[in-house]
Amino acid sequence: MMTDNTATFPSVPQRRPVVIENGAIGMLLFVVCEVMMFAGLVSAFNIARAGAGGVWPPMGQPRLPLEETAINTIALLISGVLIAYTAQRFNRAKAVADQTTHRILLAAILLGVFFVGFQGMEWLALLKEGLTLTSSQHGSFFYLIVGMHALHAVGAILFLVICWINARRGKMGKSAFSAACVLWYFVVGVWPFLYLTLYL
Amino acid sequence: MSDSHDHHESHGFMSYAFSTDHKVIGMQYMFTGMAMALIGGFFAYAFRMQLAFPGMDVPLYGIVSSAEYNSLVTNHGTIMIFWVAMPVLIAAFGNFLIPLMIGCDDMVFPRLNRLSYQIFLLSAIVLISSFFVEGGGFGGAWTSYPPLSAKAEYNLTPLGSSLWLLAVALEFVAFLLGGINFITTVMNARAPGMTMDDIPMVIWMIVLASILFMASVGPLIAGAVMLFFDQQLGTAFFDPDRGGDPVLWQHLFWFFGHPEVYVVLLPAMGITADVMCVFARKKLFAYRTVLYTAIGTGVLSFFVWAHHQFISGIDPRMANLFTVTTLLISIPIAEMCFVYIATLYGGSIRLTTPMLWALAFLGEFMIGGVTGIFLGASGSDIYLHDSYFVLAHFHYTFFPIAIIGVFAGITFWYPKMFGKMMNETMGKIHFWGTVIPFNCIFIPLFLLGIGGQHRRIYNYEHFPELAGKSMQDMRVFATVSLCIMLIFQFVFLYNFFASLLKGKEAGKNPWKSNTLEWTTESPPPHGNWKELPNCYRGPYEYSVEGREEDYWPQNIPDDEPAGGAA
Repeated sequence: MMTDNTATFPSVPQRRPVVIENGAIGMLLFVVCEVMMFAGLVSAFNIARAGAGGVWPPMGQPRLPLEETAINTIALLISGVLIAYTAQRFNRAKAVADQTTHRILLAAILLGVFFVGFQGMEWLALLKEGLTLTSSQHGSFFYLIVGMHALHAVGAILFLVICWINARRGKMGKSAFSAACVLWYFVVGVWPFLYLTLYL
Repeated sequence: MSDSHDHHESHGFMSYAFSTDHKVIGMQYMFTGMAMALIGGFFAYAFRMQLAFPGMDVPLYGIVSSAEYNSLVTNHGTIMIFWVAMPVLIAAFGNFLIPLMIGCDDMVFPRLNRLSYQIFLLSAIVLISSFFVEGGGFGGAWTSYPPLSAKAEYNLTPLGSSLWLLAVALEFVAFLLGGINFITTVMNARAPGMTMDDIPMVIWMIVLASILFMASVGPLIAGAVMLFFDQQLGTAFFDPDRGGDPVLWQHLFWFFGHPEVYVVLLPAMGITADVMCVFARKKLFAYRTVLYTAIGTGVLSFFVWAHHQFISGIDPRMANLFTVTTLLISIPIAEMCFVYIATLYGGSIRLTTPMLWALAFLGEFMIGGVTGIFLGASGSDIYLHDSYFVLAHFHYTFFPIAIIGVFAGITFWYPKMFGKMMNETMGKIHFWGTVIPFNCIFIPLFLLGIGGQHRRIYNYEHFPELAGKSMQDMRVFATVSLCIMLIFQFVFLYNFFASLLKGKEAGKNPWKSNTLEWTTESPPPHGNWKELPNCYRGPYEYSVEGREEDYWPQNIPDDEPAGGAA
């Protein structure tokens, strides 16, 4: 069968001092692309809204749950802060095996899961009110943009869960965790902009 | 970095197909790209025959129906840009050259690299399969403007158009992964001693192209998702009847589409710079100027996209603005061409095959650049838009990039890739047999375009003002030239494979070049070097005064007498 000759990398250590971890640079570049993608989506939404003649959502369309989502937004922001705190603790020497750090990481992950779950409940409620992907431009853009964000959130949560499992086993890669953090900061950081654009 | 020193050499198909070695992946990209180029070239042959001899039973193809004509034109463009130029120029050369030229053993994310190629291969398979589904392949032009592309009742290719879109999206994912790898590798894995100014220009250009690609592709991915939803889920993002906006797609598409031109141009420019320095035995004139100019071009390329939409109903004031930025971008490109000419000045030029290709790149690309001025100015574009003038201009930029630039690169690095020299005589026959017919194809098309010949017409017999004998003669001339050019490509293929078997042994450094890839075996072993090199100087120290040899490899310390001391 196939031989995976990367199974035990790296054998050649990097030969110049690393300023930023490979994983962080790689993920940052990915995030640049994703920021531009959301910029594209949001500008498309703004153009559609400008074309609708001032009233948004259009008359007779369901309103979006502004207050509930505010709670959700705060949960996500706290999760971002917790991840930053975890990263700081991991950076200190020998903290990889620290139980408290693992618990903080888990709390951050659970807050993320809460965010996605809460958003899912909100979708179900809105679908009942008749707002679907094809019901109007309002619905199309809402599900498209929030759905795209949810996709990133789920991906980032899975990545963090893998890091959490590896951390508990005591073999978490620095590069991989820095990549997961960058992705999570992106998910957390882009959400308030989407919230203000779509819900207000 | 892969485990390179104590692994067990294993041969066989599976270990090749799933290799994480950057050189193997580079070769996979190159051969896939070459195979796709044959398909794209064959498509061009089929629809050019239809234009020259309408209704003819085309040898090897058969009768071209109007739906097939649209599909052939669309997929010729798509294949040549996304499945030939990008994989060969960026992915093949990037993968093969980056670790070798910066002195490391592999990419920093080897498995991501393998995934990148696998997704790319999948995208090619999806695209090819789209030709065989019900309704045939997508025929709405490579720009895929809605509402034509969004509604099956308009384009009559319900599956073909979605598969086309899916293939393009997968291809973007592949290049995203590849680009992340390239940039991270060049940032973190350079040989000790290699500063920013010691990086060979071709590597800089591939990195800049990857950055441009990553910064511009996002909006198109957004647009592609929206278009896919319109096609398959019944949303109305681009449907004017239900509150959508078709021009929105054009903005999202060209926001990517124009930087994309520079994504493929820059690597070709880089290859040319490296080839020219070696065969002029001279230092690159104004290294930093070239670099900063390329960065400036990249930044500016984000502000020119609407010159594709001058007649799409955008605000004329906006058109003025984009005319200015478009004409501005010709300045840095002209500057780069001048710098290259200055590099040649006073050099001891050797007209080897790669050098001929590099010189041809410069000459032919300038014709493309100069004709672009007429299209960038919104006034003259109103007349020339969507005519064969646009098409000929585009091919005069793209052919030098994707074909001439690639041949310069392949003929130059072939000894390093395979350890054998290519046959020079056959190389030169192929060169002249490609470049002369190329001009014979597209100069008539410029004239036809000025004469008012519109693009994307299946049969000009239906248009009395375009069906005259003189115009038809030019079409026939262009088509015959194309056939001659395609036939000469078999000289290259023969040379390529025959040299693999019976070419002269190349040795480590047949061109007496400075850059690090020439300091290892040809072809390089897995892991590239037995002992990884250090870097002591810039890549273009040719004909340095006081040295016996006229080159000074990057890996030789200053005080070491090898190669002739001061």
